[in-house]
Formats: sequence, structure tokens, C-alpha cells
Amino acid sequence: MAASTDTLERESKLQGLGSSRLRKEDARFIRGRGTYVDDIKLPGMLFGAMVRSPYAHARIKSIDKSKALAVPGVVAVLTADDLKPVKLHWMPTLGGDVQAVLADKKVCFQMQEVAMVIAGDRYSAADGAELVEVDYEELPAIVDPHKSMTPDAPIIREDIADKDNVGHGPRTHPNHIFTWEAGDKAGVDATFAGAEVTVREEILNPRVHPCPLETCGCVASFDKPTGQLTVYLTSQAPHLVRTVVAMLSGIPESKIRIVGGDIGGGFGNKVPVYPGYVVAIVASIVTGVPIKWIESRIDNISTTGFARDYHGVGELAADKDGRIKALRFTALADHGAFNSHVSATKLPAGLFSICTGSYAIPKAYARVDAVYTNKAPGGVAYRCSLRVTEAVYLIERMIDVLAQKLGLDKAEIRRRNFVKAEQFPYTTALGWTLDSGNYHGALDKVLKAVDYDGLRKEQAEKRARGELMGIGISTFTEIVGAGPTKVCDILGIGLFDSCDIRVNPTGSAIARLGTMSQGQGHATTYAQIIATELGLSSDEIQIEEGDTDKAPYGAGTWGSRSTPVGGAAAAMAARKIRAKAQKIAAHLLEVGEGDLEWEVDRFKVKGNPSQAKTMKDIAMAAHTSNLPDGMEKGLDATEYYDPPNMTFPFGAYVCVVDIDRHTGEPKVRRFYALDDCGTRINPMIIEGQIHGGLTEAFAVAFGQAIPFDENGNHLGNSLMDYFLPTAVETPHWETDHTVTPSPHHPIGAKGVAESPHVGGIPCFSNAVVDAFAHLGVTHMDMPHTSYRVWQQCKALGLNER
Amino acid sequence: MATKQAVSFKLNGKAVDVVVEPRELLIHTLRERLQHTGPHIGCETTHCGACTVDLDGMSVKSCTVLTVQCQDSEMLTIEGFEQGGALHALQESFHEQHGLQCGFCTPGMITRAYRLLKENPNPSEEEIRYWMAGNLCRCTGYQNIVKAVQHAAKKLAAAAA
Repeated sequence: MAASTDTLERESKLQGLGSSRLRKEDARFIRGRGTYVDDIKLPGMLFGAMVRSPYAHARIKSIDKSKALAVPGVVAVLTADDLKPVKLHWMPTLGGDVQAVLADKKVCFQMQEVAMVIAGDRYSAADGAELVEVDYEELPAIVDPHKSMTPDAPIIREDIADKDNVGHGPRTHPNHIFTWEAGDKAGVDATFAGAEVTVREEILNPRVHPCPLETCGCVASFDKPTGQLTVYLTSQAPHLVRTVVAMLSGIPESKIRIVGGDIGGGFGNKVPVYPGYVVAIVASIVTGVPIKWIESRIDNISTTGFARDYHGVGELAADKDGRIKALRFTALADHGAFNSHVSATKLPAGLFSICTGSYAIPKAYARVDAVYTNKAPGGVAYRCSLRVTEAVYLIERMIDVLAQKLGLDKAEIRRRNFVKAEQFPYTTALGWTLDSGNYHGALDKVLKAVDYDGLRKEQAEKRARGELMGIGISTFTEIVGAGPTKVCDILGIGLFDSCDIRVNPTGSAIARLGTMSQGQGHATTYAQIIATELGLSSDEIQIEEGDTDKAPYGAGTWGSRSTPVGGAAAAMAARKIRAKAQKIAAHLLEVGEGDLEWEVDRFKVKGNPSQAKTMKDIAMAAHTSNLPDGMEKGLDATEYYDPPNMTFPFGAYVCVVDIDRHTGEPKVRRFYALDDCGTRINPMIIEGQIHGGLTEAFAVAFGQAIPFDENGNHLGNSLMDYFLPTAVETPHWETDHTVTPSPHHPIGAKGVAESPHVGGIPCFSNAVVDAFAHLGVTHMDMPHTSYRVWQQCKALGLNER
Repeated sequence: MATKQAVSFKLNGKAVDVVVEPRELLIHTLRERLQHTGPHIGCETTHCGACTVDLDGMSVKSCTVLTVQCQDSEMLTIEGFEQGGALHALQESFHEQHGLQCGFCTPGMITRAYRLLKENPNPSEEEIRYWMAGNLCRCTGYQNIVKAVQHAAKKLAAAAA
């Protein structure tokens, strides 16, 4: 029976799942009334300015604070020696290593934190920082990770030189961090030895930076009389930060409050705990007044949270029809001077093992060797789950390389290797169980939409005229929603997430979650999930996150985990409430629970629909004496959701690029992105996330890189040099979707924000390489700047008139 | 430390007086002394536009303007857009067209778009992209910002008609 008009009207009024509801968070932002960390002003607050190393590798012989202390307004200058008595000069990292909070006897990367000047305002703090005199003895620096493990390489980390293990297995050199491997090496070797065709390519994911528009910072406020520490902090994971601060400081976790506030973009940059935060906290404990520390943009790009720097080698073995028989991917990972790589404890190379992609590859082997260099520490996931961009980039590039070797069409080779819709759930050779997918359907829809055959025809005509046109395809599978606590923990804490819902007597509700929005629109979308589950209007459901005194514990927002884990927690908490509500409704209507059925916003008696109780009726009843015997008052529930599996969003993208052979300028003419993120909560927000992710992918593919000279000096760490696309360069995006729900997620949703970044980067690269494919080019490393593409044109003699 | 100087200007229609060092940047005066935290600091090198304010009828990046340069000037910041409880068409349009995500660039974007529409009330997409190129956004990919500006242009034209 079709739903009645009345039912549909009630449903649309809820603005629940599937509604392009306008965002609740906009009201403050469009008025300039957001509360970002630098907007926080507390009475008596002082400012901290960091003194940083000009050298990439040097011993600190002495530090003279006297001139800085003489500057009017300067209150203190803190160095490692000042933090030593409280044992806070070193801190644990999220990668299982330790990191110097302030340089202890030596510096290991340029711009490393050496001292913090505390003063009454930013100007005097900056004046003081200029006048701290540090005497350095320069040491030879390692910049190229391929030189880290040579016998005569200088030892970067003398503090751990004797350790044969820094948390992830045996080390073979003082500059070696770990070696991680997965898969059937012997089986893969045997398949390669007997293969009809093999391909191999060296593929770099260069060092880049997420560069959110707001840099990192904090205001630390320690109240001596109560021993309470409050820290306003740019964190994507406030609860994890609270735990780290408790471990570090010895302050009981119950007396630490971390407040996320509004965050001006994160993209992975705001997951780790940085030295600046720790020094500000110590400075507040020492001085007894609040301390603000805010990064400059140059500090941000130079020191906090770089991404990638994976020097990969991809190899595929296949039959002559292009069916892949085995995959062997390895990477040399440059983790910088401290292993503060953000990873789950048991996954030191993150989720790199998703590198089999969307393809049914019978045998696979992956290996990552991580080394120290004299560069900033990090290894954050820039708008992706841990090391997923690196993995997906390798497979999506290599399948093109294989197609070219065999003279096969790049769409056709994908079709021949896809996991088929009927094979899901499909367990890959490296052990992930892909939850659901329809890869053939997605690719076919996109090829039709862009008239792929027509594009190839046009390309052939252009090639005949000597013009360069490339068509890039990417058919990626992401892995998000970390994750099952059996597999995923950080510092021993499982990566579950949480939601606590309280329904008020008048039928409005407040929900608090362990995640942390940085622009994703959680206040809007979580309310939609709960609205549909509870039959209450999303406009009357308030969402709060980011204040650890209010929200239940959770691992935060990164790795597209908010919808897969936090969203699931919201749905499950709401279902607990609905189960209780059903009992109350049965009591009020004097029927059995089994006699009731749920319809949009009410329980009604089967066969007698006029007999019904709305959720609003029930909310009031839950606060009265008229409840079933022995039932607790109230209508609240909390859920700590431990996902049974990761989720696997996927997509099919096509990019068309025209390249000027005289200038090398690549111009993206068309980009068509089909994403399947399972159940769609808010299409407007999904589309916005895809636009943003594609733009960040465009930035990485066409311009971003953090270069160094041979001494470890930064060659581009301001927005003068580091490429952030403007509205002029950014292409127009066309979006599309299919819906293949996740079978294990309560509402079938998979997460979306990172897919366009992960899938976009190889699509752009594939398009650029495809423009040169007829000339025998199989790979070009990013970034595809005009100059670098021009060099390719020149090498092929194409630039001549 | 150089002698402080008194500076007077009009901020969102109200007269203000401040006493600042000659080196003090306008963004710091606005944010630290005058509690106008709508304009943000994103780069400190005039690239990102998060600190954009309208100064005597021109968009300027207040991270590279000295406060002492603003004597007798008239200034508009995001805090001055809502009038008598009514949002400006640009504020409404950024909301309605999903032209913002984290919100950090939004005050600068709206302030810049205000000057664009003053000078060119009916801009093409290409003109909007060109005029807004001094304001960076890391979240939206600009597509919905362009739509928001076009939408606001229509609203303003309808209101003027």
C-alpha cells in the first residue's frame, strides 16, 4: 500500500535522512561569530612565541635568554631545561615514538621548537623570540630517505640509537623506524616468475601539507586553586588529546577539559598533539595564567602534520588479456625526525593494505620501510584514512601502466579486473572484507555520461594533429570508519565512537558525540539521523561535540569516521530510546508491545491506526508517574559503537585534460565524479564535501609539494610558494552518485569526505600521463605543474614550433 | 618601542578611537582591541584573504595594513552586514547555497563579494572567480561560493527593482 499523503508530509517535516536540509552551523559563521581558538580571550592571558631552529641538524651548545628577558612585556623564556624538572621535555607520539617538546641538546629538523617566549602580547613575544640567542654546531643532514640507511649515514636520533625496536618490530639501522609487510610474498614471487606479462613503475607521493585555512593553536588555562586544566585547542580528536595530556602531565583526566570550539578546517593536520600545545600547558601551570599559542602559517607548513612522502614501487603480474594475477607494492616512507605518524598501533603503515583497490587480485604482497630523515615529523592523513591515498594512487596508476603495456583500453582493463557485484562481501588478498559495491555499474554510468567513446575519438584526432589531450579514469575503493577495536587502537584506546541522546519532556532532544566537526556539518547531519530514528524534527535536535566535559568519549573526526562510527552510534542510541518508547506506548495504549508498529513519528496499534502515541506524547509520559511498573524515568540513551568492519565507499571518476605543448600548461576541461557512499544523509552536504575533496586533490596533483635543499632547508613554506588553488584555477565539478548501502552499518552509510581526494588524485595524474601515453610515457610524478609538464614536452621534442 | 599614536576611524558606522604602536597591524587592532573577531588570520602574507575588510570603498587585507594608515577612514567588517536584525543578501545566499563549511574564510569572502557586487552588480561566473581569487577557501572548492554570489546578485537586483 502506498504511503498516505499525511505520512509523507509528516516525514518531510522531520527533515531527516535524505533531506538537503540547510546547515544549522551557518548562522554564526555568516555573522562572523564563530569561536575559533584565536578568538578566545581570557583575563590575564599571555602569549607564547616559538623560537625555532634555523638548521635541519645541529647540536645546541648554549641558549642565552638574557636579551629576550630584557624586552618589556616578556615574562619568561622556556627551554628543554625548564621542562625537564616536570619531565615534559619529551612526549609520546601517536606513532609509538617519543618527540622532543623543546629541543633537548640537538635539533633534528629545520624550524624545530627550541624555546618559547612568554609575553604580555604577541608583539613583545615576537620581539623576545628574535632575541633568544642559540649557539648551534651544525651537523650533516639527511634529506633523501634513500640515504637514511647507508652505513655512513649520520645518526639522527641519538636518544634511541641503542634501541632495537621503537614500537613496531626490529630495527636494522639507527635511522630505521620499522618494516611492515603483509601478504603472501613467496606466492607473489612465484606468480611473477611465471607471469605472461609484468609491469613495474617507481611512483612518488611527494611530501605535502593539508594546510587548513586556520593554523593550529591553543589557549591553556590552569587554575591553581582547583588544579583544573582547561585547554581550548584546534583538535580533530579532543578526547584522545585529553588522554595524552593526562598521561603526560600526571593531572587526573577528570580535571582536564579540552574544548574544540569551532575549527577552521583540519584535513588531518589537527589530529596529533604538537609541542606548542604542551609548552603552552606547562607555561600555564608554571605562571598560573592562561597562555595562548597560535602558529604562523610558515610554522604550520614547516612543522605540524605533513602528509605522504611515500616513495613507492608498484609491480603487477598479469595474463596477456590484462587479468591481474599478482600485485607487489613497496614503499620507502620518510617519517621525518620523529615517528609521529598518525596510525593505529597495530597498523604502522596505516591502511596501505587497501592497495588491491577495486580489483579481484588473487595474490598480493605489500611492504613499507619507514626511516628517519632531518625533516619535520608527521605523516598525517591529508583528507584520507591512514595511508589510503598512497595505496590507491599506486593501484590506480599501475592498472593504467598495465593497460598501456598491453595496448588495452583503460576502462576495459578495469572491467576485466573489478570485483563483481555478486562477489560482495569480498575478502581481498591482503585481508580486508569489502562490504558492498557495484563497480561495473558505477563505471558504466560515468562513461555514458561523459561519452567516453566520443572523447577517445576526439583524442585520436587531436593526437593526429600533434595536440595533447588526456583522459584519466579512476575507479577507486576507499577504506574508512576506523574502526573495529580488535584491529584499531591508538595508545591502547579502541577507535569506537559514541553518542549520548537526551529527550526532553516537550519532545526536543540534545545529542552529544565523541566526534568533532571541522566544517563537515555534523550539527546538521547527525540531527537528521536521529530525527528519522526518533520521529522528532531535526530542528529540535541539538548536537554538541568537542567539549570533553560534556560529550562522551570518542576518537574524533578523521579518516571519514564520523558517519561510519559516530553516525552509527547516533542511530543505535536513538534505537535504544525508541525501544523504551515502544514499551511506554504499549503501556499508555494498553496493548502489547507486539501490537504496535512504528510509523514516521509514532507508534500505532496494528489494525487500529487511530490509536497511536507520537514520540512527543511519549517524551512527556516518560517524565510522569504513568510508566510501566519498575521502569526508570526519562528518555535517554548512550551508545558506544564498535564497528564490526570498516566501510568501503567507492567511485568512478573521469577527467579530461588539455595540455599546451609549448608552455606545458595543463587545463582540466572536464571532471565527472560519481561517488557511492552508501545511504546519503544530506545530499547538499555530500556534494559540498565532494567539491572540496576534489579541489584538494587538484591541489595535490597539480601543485603541492614541500621541497628542501640538500641541507634540509625549506624551499617553500609560505602561501607565496605552497599551492592553494584559487577560484580561478579550480575546475568546475560535475557530481553524480549511485547508492549501495553498507550491509553492516545501522543506516547503511559509508562516509564520503575523503573519497574525492583519494580518488581524485590518481584521476588527474592518469589524465596527464594519458596525454603522453601514445608517445611511450608510462608515468610522471606529481605535482604536474606547467614547468614540470613542459619538461616532459621538451624531452619529447613537442615544444618546438 | 616607538611612541604610541592615537587613531580614529569609523567601524561599521560607529566612531572608534584607539592608541597603537605605529607597527600594529589593522587585523590585530580589530581582533584584539575592538573585539571584532569576524575577520581571521590565515596566512599573514596577504594571500588568503581571511582578514579582508572594506576600507574606504576598497577590499583590503587587514593583515598587511597598519592601523595608523586608517586615520579618518570608514571601515566595514562582517560584523556590520546585519542591519536592524536583517541579514544582508550575501549572508543569506552563502547559507542557502551551502557556500561555506568550516566558516573560517566566510567573513572575508562575504566582505570581498560585497565590494564585487557594488562595482559589478551582475557578474558572470568567470568574473566572480577572477574577483574572488584573492580569497582562499580550503573546504568548498568555490563552486557553491560562486553560486552564492550569483544568488545574492539576483536578490539585490530584485530588491532594487
